Amino acid sequence: MAYSEKVIDHYENPRNVGSFDKNDPTIATGMVGAPACGDVMKLQLKISENGIIEDAKFKTYGCGSAIASSSLVTEWVKGKSIEEAQKLSNTLIAEELALPPVKIHCSILAEDAIKAAIEDYKSKK
Amino acid sequence: MRFFDLFELPVSFQIDSDLLLERYREIQKKVHPDNHANASDNEKLLSVQRASEVNDAYETLKKPLNRAEYMVSEHGFDVRHEQHTIRDGVFLMQQMELREELEELESASDIEAAFDRFYADIKKLMTEYTTKFESEFEQGSYELAADAVRKLRFIYKLKDEAQQIEEKLLDF
Repeated sequence: MAYSEKVIDHYENPRNVGSFDKNDPTIATGMVGAPACGDVMKLQLKISENGIIEDAKFKTYGCGSAIASSSLVTEWVKGKSIEEAQKLSNTLIAEELALPPVKIHCSILAEDAIKAAIEDYKSKK
Repeated sequence: MRFFDLFELPVSFQIDSDLLLERYREIQKKVHPDNHANASDNEKLLSVQRASEVNDAYETLKKPLNRAEYMVSEHGFDVRHEQHTIRDGVFLMQQMELREELEELESASDIEAAFDRFYADIKKLMTEYTTKFESEFEQGSYELAADAVRKLRFIYKLKDEAQQIEEKLLDF
């Protein structure tokens, strides 16, 4: 299967790889996994007091599309409010990366990682 | 075609693999296309199809993960093809840590021993979730049984990856 140039770019130069301290109260952590492929994704957001995402980091074990999807969302969510970030859909991610139908679940994983992180943020408050 | 019925075996994760192989060979002999050399084209086609179905059934029941997936699929849970994600934080964190550990095995002083320890940990997890799957399935809690199968998919994938890495490292 041929990956799109954007997937290859994010895969070869992933943005914002790493971890924040998950016990830091300003850090929200979203852990998600896709049983279909066994991919595991951790997305962490650093959220300011007024609900703006100041920074994001990810760690993903999975295929190129899963890594590219998570790398892309860390770029996208920076500077956004949690309300805006919550609206990021997997279709937008899949379109931006030109993911083929068999890799749509990678974009779903990234969307769900944002949602899981925001839930964690709300539960920490 | 119900796979367990085909081989006249009870619907159970605990399977008699010798008996499965024996029944598979008996059926394969009967349906093998070579035994239908004088049949009509239509009958030949049917026997080819049948032989491939029997192969598929055997391969499915032979491998533990496939067998468990098949058992929950019979109750409406298509774990292999479903798109939704799981969010069990404790389980996923453990999976992530194991994957990090695997990355570090390359630099172990005794690679073989390090991998053996790693496989022992994976095996423990496999046993834990297989037991959970079996007991939920027996109680008719198919949603919970499917959840255990979902987790087994992560564990089996980790084992495959570990084996690939080990082969690469030990390939002199």
